[in-house]
Amino acid sequence: MTSKRSDGFGKSIGRRSVLAGAAAGAVAAAMPLRLASAQGAKLKIGVLMPRTGIQAQFGQDSVRGVELAIEVLSARGYPQVELVHADNETKVDVGRAQAEKLIDQGCTMLMGCYDSGITSAVAQVCEQKTIPLIVNVAAAPQITDGRFKTVFRNFPTGPMIASDAFLLQKEVFQAAGKAPKSAVLLHANDTFGSTQKDASVNLIGRFDMPYKFSEVISYDPAARDLSAEVRKAKSTNAELVWIITRLNDAIMIVQEMVKQRWEPMGIVSTGPGPYDDPFLKQLGKLSDDIINMVPWFDPNKPMSKLMIAAWEKKFPDRTLNTSVSHSFEATLIALDALKRAGSTEPAKLIEALKKTNIAENVTVGPAITFNDKGQNEKTRNSAIQNRGGKLLPVAPAAAAVTKPIWPMRAWNARG
Amino acid sequence: MESLLKLCSGFDPVTIGTAVISGVLTGLVYGLSALGLSVIFGVIRIVNFAHGELLVIGMFLALMLFRWFGLDPLWSIPIAAAVLFAVGYALQHFVIRRVAYLPDHYQFLLLAGIAIMIVSACLVIFGPDAQGVQLPYALDSIPIGSLIIDKVRLYAALAAVAVASALLLFFKYSSTGRAIRACADNNLGARVVGLNVDRLYALTFGIGAACIGAAGCIILLLVQVHPYLAPGYTLLAFVVVIVGGMGSLFGALLGGVLIGVAEDLASVCTQPSLKTAFSFGLLILVLLLRPQGLLGRIAR
Amino acid sequence: MSELTPAGRAALLAFTLLLLVLPAFATGHVLSVAIICLNLAYLGQSWNLMLGFAGLLSIGHALFVGLGAYASGYLFAKHGVPPVIGVAAAIAVAMLMGALIGYLGFRFAIGGVYFALLTIAFSEFVRILLDHATFVGGTEGLFLPVTRRSGVDLINLRGWTEMFYYVILALCVGAFVLCRAMLNGRIGYFWRAIRDNPEAAEAVGVHIFRYRMYAVILSAGMAGVSGVFTAFYNNNLFPEQVLGIERSIEITLAPIVGGVGTLFGPIFGAFVLTPMGEFLTFAVDGLKESGLIAKNVKTDGVKLMFWGLAVALIVLFKPSGLWPWVCRGLGLVKSPEQRG
Repeated sequence: MTSKRSDGFGKSIGRRSVLAGAAAGAVAAAMPLRLASAQGAKLKIGVLMPRTGIQAQFGQDSVRGVELAIEVLSARGYPQVELVHADNETKVDVGRAQAEKLIDQGCTMLMGCYDSGITSAVAQVCEQKTIPLIVNVAAAPQITDGRFKTVFRNFPTGPMIASDAFLLQKEVFQAAGKAPKSAVLLHANDTFGSTQKDASVNLIGRFDMPYKFSEVISYDPAARDLSAEVRKAKSTNAELVWIITRLNDAIMIVQEMVKQRWEPMGIVSTGPGPYDDPFLKQLGKLSDDIINMVPWFDPNKPMSKLMIAAWEKKFPDRTLNTSVSHSFEATLIALDALKRAGSTEPAKLIEALKKTNIAENVTVGPAITFNDKGQNEKTRNSAIQNRGGKLLPVAPAAAAVTKPIWPMRAWNARG
Repeated sequence: MESLLKLCSGFDPVTIGTAVISGVLTGLVYGLSALGLSVIFGVIRIVNFAHGELLVIGMFLALMLFRWFGLDPLWSIPIAAAVLFAVGYALQHFVIRRVAYLPDHYQFLLLAGIAIMIVSACLVIFGPDAQGVQLPYALDSIPIGSLIIDKVRLYAALAAVAVASALLLFFKYSSTGRAIRACADNNLGARVVGLNVDRLYALTFGIGAACIGAAGCIILLLVQVHPYLAPGYTLLAFVVVIVGGMGSLFGALLGGVLIGVAEDLASVCTQPSLKTAFSFGLLILVLLLRPQGLLGRIAR
Repeated sequence: MSELTPAGRAALLAFTLLLLVLPAFATGHVLSVAIICLNLAYLGQSWNLMLGFAGLLSIGHALFVGLGAYASGYLFAKHGVPPVIGVAAAIAVAMLMGALIGYLGFRFAIGGVYFALLTIAFSEFVRILLDHATFVGGTEGLFLPVTRRSGVDLINLRGWTEMFYYVILALCVGAFVLCRAMLNGRIGYFWRAIRDNPEAAEAVGVHIFRYRMYAVILSAGMAGVSGVFTAFYNNNLFPEQVLGIERSIEITLAPIVGGVGTLFGPIFGAFVLTPMGEFLTFAVDGLKESGLIAKNVKTDGVKLMFWGLAVALIVLFKPSGLWPWVCRGLGLVKSPEQRG
C-alpha cells in the first residue's frame, strides 16, 4: 500500500483510472443497442415493454404481436421499419430511462408500455421530445385525458371496458334467455382492478341491468390464500360472479369455488387471467364457460384472418390474446401513419397519426380513429368464452363464432 | 384484536365459526412454513432472511419430481427434506458461520443477498411464470353439516402438527436433539463440555431447512410456485414466529393459527384486501408488548 | 478535507466537476440514469444515517420516501400547493413517522433485527392503508397535473430533465455536506459512541435515546425530501411502486456495497451499481443479438443475481464496504500515520 502511494506513477494511474472508469461506464450505458447504420429512410420504432418483472408474460406476448405484425404487413406492401427493443422491467424509473435511450438511439416513434404508471411516465418523456407514443395496452383513463399531446391509444379506458361489459352481458343474457338477479364484484386491489371496479360501480346505473351489485369485494392480489374471499362472495348468494383478477389469483378463485361447491349462474371476467394459457392449462375443464369481456380481436375480419393464420404457424402452442392483438394493431397504426406521412420525422408522424382512419383492423369496432386527446373512442370489446382450452367469441353477434353457454355447467358435469 | 372482535360482532355465528375453523387450518399451514425459521433462530440465533427462498426451492423440487416421476408432492416430502437438509447444512457450515461474529445486520444482509441470488437462479432456470401441480384430489372437500372443509388444507394441517411433534420428540429425547438444545441454552457451557457446537449448528440449520423443504411440498398442493413468491413467505414466517415466539415449535403453530384466524376474520368483517394489514398490525403489537412472542423464551 | 491526500482532493474535485457539467454532453438516457444514480446515492446517505451512525437497521425506508411523495403530491394535485412549500409538509410527515417508529422501538427496547422487522411492518402497513385511501387515489394512482414540460420552474418543479438533474445533485451534495458536518460535530461523536458501545456511552452520560431519535428523525426527513423529488419527477404515484419492499431493499444496496458508516460510501456504491446494472443489461442484450446466447434463454434474473452476489460477497469479504478499500488503495485518504 505505502509503495503505491509514494510512487508518482502509481498515483496518477489510480486517479485517472477512476475517472476513466466512470466515463467508460457512462459511454457504455449510452451505446446503442444496435450500431446505427447510415440513415436510410427506415423508421426506427422503439418497442418498450415489460420483458422482465412481474408483467413479463404480457410484455413478451406484446413483442410477439409486434413482430408478427411486421411480418404480415410487410408482405402486404407496408413500408419496412426497424424495431429497437427495450425492457422497462415493470419499473417506472427504468421505463423512463429506457425511453430516453430509445430516443437517443434515433427512434422517432415509441410503442408501449403495458403498465399505466410506466406509460404515463414515458408519455411525459415523449411529449418533451415531441415523439409520438402509440399505446398498445394500458387502461388508466388519465393517459388520454388531454394531458399529453403526442400519445395515441388504441386500447379502451377502464370506463369503456366497463360500459362494454354491460352491453355484452345483456346480449349474452338475451341469447341465453336467462338473466341474473344479483351480482357480486370480486376484484384484485391493484391499479387495473380498482379502476375497473370504480367504473363498473359508477356506470351500472346507465344500463338498466337486471341485477344490482349485492357486494363489492376487494382482495390483495398477492394473497396466498383466497378461501375467505371466495367464502365471503359465496355468502352473498349472487347469481352473477364478476371477477377482475390477475393470473394466479384467478386460478385460486376458481379452485376455491369448486372446493366450496359454489355454482353460480355464471362467471364473467373483465381483466386478464381467465383467458391466459396457464389458467386454461392448470384448470382444464374447470376453466370452461367463463366469459371474458375484454378487448379482443374480431376473427371474422380479413386482417384478423391473416393475423390468426400467421400466429398459428409461428406459435402453434400459444393462445392469441389481447396483448398480441393490440400490439399487432398498434404496429398497423404505426406503419399506416408512416405510409401516409412519407417521412420518419416525428412531427409529420404525429400529424399523420391524428388523421388515422384504418378500416382493415383486427379489433372489434369500426375503423380506427383517434379523438383530439389521442384516444380511440370507438374500439369495442368482445365476449370470449372458454371452451375446451380454446377461446371462442360469443358476442357481439358480428364478431361471434358460436352461441354462448349460459348458465355455466356444473363443475362435475363437464365433458 | 379487540377492535377486530368488535367489528365482527355484527355477523352471524355460522359465518364467524367457519372463518375461525378455516383460519385455524390455514394458520397451521402458515405455522408449518415457519417451523424451520423458529428452529434456526431458536438455536443459532440466525435470522434466516432466505427462508422464503428455501421454501420456494422445496416447492420447485416437488414440482420437478411431480413432472418427471408423477410423484405426489406428499411423497416428495422425504426427498425434499433430505435435499434441503444438505443445502442448509452447507449454507451454515461454509457461509453463514463466517459472519457469526459480526453484528446482527450483517447476517441479515448476507442472507438477503443469498436470497436474491436464489430468486434470480430460479428465474433463470424456471422462468417467471407460475407453475403448479394438477392432482386428482386437489379440489376435494368434505362437507360437515353446513361447513365445507377443504381436504388438502386438512391434510396440510395434520402434516404440520405431525412434523412439529416429530421435531419436538427429536429435540426432547434424542441425544443430538438434547445436545442442540444445550447449545441454544448455553453456548459457552456447551463448548466447555466438549460439544462440537459448529457441527451442531450446521445440523440445526439443516434440520430447519429440511422442515422448510417439507413445508414446500405441502404448500405446493395449495399454491402455484413462481420465483417472486419467496419474499412474501419470508415475511409471513417472520410475522408468525414473532407472534408465536422465536424458538418455540408450538409457538410457530400457535402464531400461525393466530395470524390465520385474524386474517380470516378480517376478510369476513372488513375488506379482504386489508387482511395483511391486520397481520402486520398484530406483528407491531407483539413487537411492542411482548417481543419474545407468546410462547417464546426471553430473547438475549 | 483534512483527511484527504492531495490525490484525494483532486479526485473529489474532478468528480464534482464531472457531475456539474454532465448535462452538457450527456444524452437523455445517460442523464436519466444519472438521476437514478444520484437519487439512490441520496437515499443511501439517509439510510446510512440510521445504520452507520446510530446502529439501527431499517428495511422499510421506502416508507419515508412514500410518505413524503404522497404528502407533497396530494397537496399539489388536490390543493395546488407548490412543492417548495409542500416539501415542508413532506418532511414533517416523514419525520413524524420516523419519530413514532423510533419512539416505539426505543421505548420498548427493540434492537437489531427486531427493529428492522418493525420498520418493514410499518412500511407494509402504511402501504396497504394507502392502497385503500381513495383520497390519494389508492391503487388507481395519484396523477399530478403537468402544465409545462420545458423551461425551469423550481417553485413547481416543472421543467427540463436537466433541471431535475441539478435539483437531485444539489440534494445529494447538501446531504453529504450536512452529514459530514454532523459527523464531525458533537452529535457525530455521540452517535459513534452509541454505535460502538452503547453501555459505555450511557455510562459516561450520553443520552442514548435522544441521540438515536435525532438520527432516526433526520434520516426519515431526508428520505421524505427524496419522496417529493420522486413525485414531481414521475408525476404519478402508486403505493406499490413507491413503498414496495423492493424499493426498500434497493435503497440498502448502494450503502452496503459502498460502505456502511462512511460518508462517501453510499455515493460510491450508487455510482458503481447503477452503471454496472445498465452495462449488464446492455451486455446480455448484446450477447443475444450477436447470437452467442440463444434468444429464448431466460435472462430475467441476471441483474438480480448480480445484486445478490455483490451483497453476499461484500458482507463475506469486505463488510466495511468497497469504498474504504478503494480509497486506501488509490491513496485518496491519509493513513493514520500521515494524519499524525
